[in-house]
Amino acid sequence: MTEAALAAPAAVVGRSLWGDAWARLKANRAAMVSLCYLVLMAVVCIAGPWFVRHDYTTIYSDYVRTPPSLSAYPKADMVEGALTDVLKRMRVDLKEWKLEDGLATVTVTATKPVDERYLRYVDRSDTFDNAKVETKSPDGLEMTFSAAVKQQYFLFGTDNVGRDLLSRTLMAGRISLAIGLLAGVVAVMIGVLYGSTAGFIGGKVDEVMMRIVDVLYSLPFIFFVIMLVVFFGRNFVLMFLAVGAVLWLDMARIVRGQALSIRRQEYVQAAEALGVGARGILLRHVIPNLLGPVVIYMTLLVPQVIILESFLSFLGLGVQEPMTSWGVLISTGARNIGSANWMLLFPAFFLVSTLFALNFVGDGLRDALDPKDR
Amino acid sequence: MLLYVFRRLLTAIPTLFVIVTLAFFLIRVAPGGPFNQERGLSPEIRANLEAEFGLNDPLWVQYLHYLRNLTHGDFGPSYNLPDFTVGELFAKGLPISIQIGASALVLALLLGSLLGTVAALNQNRGGDYAVIALATAGSTIPTFVIAPIIQLVFGLSWKLLPIGGWGDGAFVNKIGPVLTLALPQIAIVARLMRGSMIESLRSHHIRTARALGLSDWSIVVKHALRGAVLPIVSFTGPAAAALLTGSIIVETIFAIPGVGRYFVDAALNRDYTLVMGTVVVIAIFTIVFNLIVDIMYAVVDPRVRYD
Repeated sequence: MTEAALAAPAAVVGRSLWGDAWARLKANRAAMVSLCYLVLMAVVCIAGPWFVRHDYTTIYSDYVRTPPSLSAYPKADMVEGALTDVLKRMRVDLKEWKLEDGLATVTVTATKPVDERYLRYVDRSDTFDNAKVETKSPDGLEMTFSAAVKQQYFLFGTDNVGRDLLSRTLMAGRISLAIGLLAGVVAVMIGVLYGSTAGFIGGKVDEVMMRIVDVLYSLPFIFFVIMLVVFFGRNFVLMFLAVGAVLWLDMARIVRGQALSIRRQEYVQAAEALGVGARGILLRHVIPNLLGPVVIYMTLLVPQVIILESFLSFLGLGVQEPMTSWGVLISTGARNIGSANWMLLFPAFFLVSTLFALNFVGDGLRDALDPKDR
Repeated sequence: MLLYVFRRLLTAIPTLFVIVTLAFFLIRVAPGGPFNQERGLSPEIRANLEAEFGLNDPLWVQYLHYLRNLTHGDFGPSYNLPDFTVGELFAKGLPISIQIGASALVLALLLGSLLGTVAALNQNRGGDYAVIALATAGSTIPTFVIAPIIQLVFGLSWKLLPIGGWGDGAFVNKIGPVLTLALPQIAIVARLMRGSMIESLRSHHIRTARALGLSDWSIVVKHALRGAVLPIVSFTGPAAAALLTGSIIVETIFAIPGVGRYFVDAALNRDYTLVMGTVVVIAIFTIVFNLIVDIMYAVVDPRVRYD
């Protein structure tokens, strides 16, 4: 930054700190791949739910714990089960039925005349659609109707109450990523403000402010979080503002240390000697040099928050049904591993791969922004 | 040395006092009480219950009462598990949590140090990359993902381990929980060990040892390890305190009757005495293990002296 400023009269255009860092980051293949993956994940989670046919709250009672499949449901052997369920509800007996080109033709008998209005039970099921009476015997005791078989895709399968897991995983991704960013930003803002204040004012104020941080540090972290849940109830936006408000302790320490050391740097003294005001020093020298560690810490904080959110949701303290998050999905998945392991595997893959990518990006940024460390 | 230990234990008392005070008032400020959630509890009965446990006294009276009992080693009765005192609950659960936690810690220290050393000796070669990959995976994948996957693979698919339960402390029942707890710690230890071992191998006395023609084995085990183990020692303090006081996640998923669950359950049910008991137990473990670590420093590194 300062070098670029000093070299200004020369014809060569100096590279800024950020330009330099970006070039270094681009050279880091793991970090770039991870960055692309994260962008892709964010786009898929944000836009995905609009493209998936199923709403994340819709319950398909015919498709409870349906395994993931690339081909359409219902499978050939599932139609009969669904049909028996429907006919039981209609209080009629099956005489014969056949399936041709996705159209089921069913003949039923009953002891009392069959009411045509009962066909709405057929439409209401998740398997059939467009039920129509074909023929009816004169006494009304026998009826033939046809119904189209609804084609549905459950690429990730369905959960234990019959909701599409793909749309739920994507919705969960939205929530988890949003919470990670939200709490991360809150923590960084509080931490930077607190830390830089302590670092700049220094002396007694600094002493007292950092002792407060030490005291807060000594309480078990989980105790804090649970107290926040107790206070804020299960309102998750409020709660994650609060979680962000707990996670700022590290940030404050880092920023304070950084601010203290930057103040003593020769270039700051030089600027002071040249008559640059406090505001100028702050904007031109201190903040740009603070940003590096802040950005690095933020990328490490986001996965922490996502894990924390999942952990709380896992304990049933975080996001509440029907809203969902990766933690909620993993927790229900863990309870259903015996009967439906895909309920665990898909969300776990999404969560873990995102955490991996965030980790690599964080490491890459550290290498790119902290030249001393290399 | 003894004097140092004694002084450290004395300074622990005010620390403990601050933690107890802070926790006591924090949990009391929270809305609700231990007998608010139960449905169908008539107001008269609730009033009687609260009177029985002294919850109607002014807060400072309750606080002093609690402090007095605590100094006598009495943690009070549990409000939500009325058949037990908090002391009994810990007497029952803590040994179980300690068993699991200690096994995980020992496993993590041994395996982590071994992996870290192997990585350092093969720096920037295949073995190193394998350890780094394992360490990254271990520290990124959360416990609540590892645990069900261990259940799925070893319990359900291969049927090698029971899916959960304590089984009166049978060996096979401990494998899953210990592995789950140990994996992230193995990752941390391996990473620490790799870094410090690389540094230690570069130091002058190791170069001298090499020049004198000592065998690789004796260089690594006798000389480099001693210098490299310091970061591991300082890691062990907080890690031991956290592992031995039980993990909510592991104990919930594997259905282990330890003390890990108490904290969350008690805080949600406003079981004040149980919350306080957990805070005190965790604080004591932390203080004691930090002290042990500081003593260990002096043992490992003769330059460190406490007078």
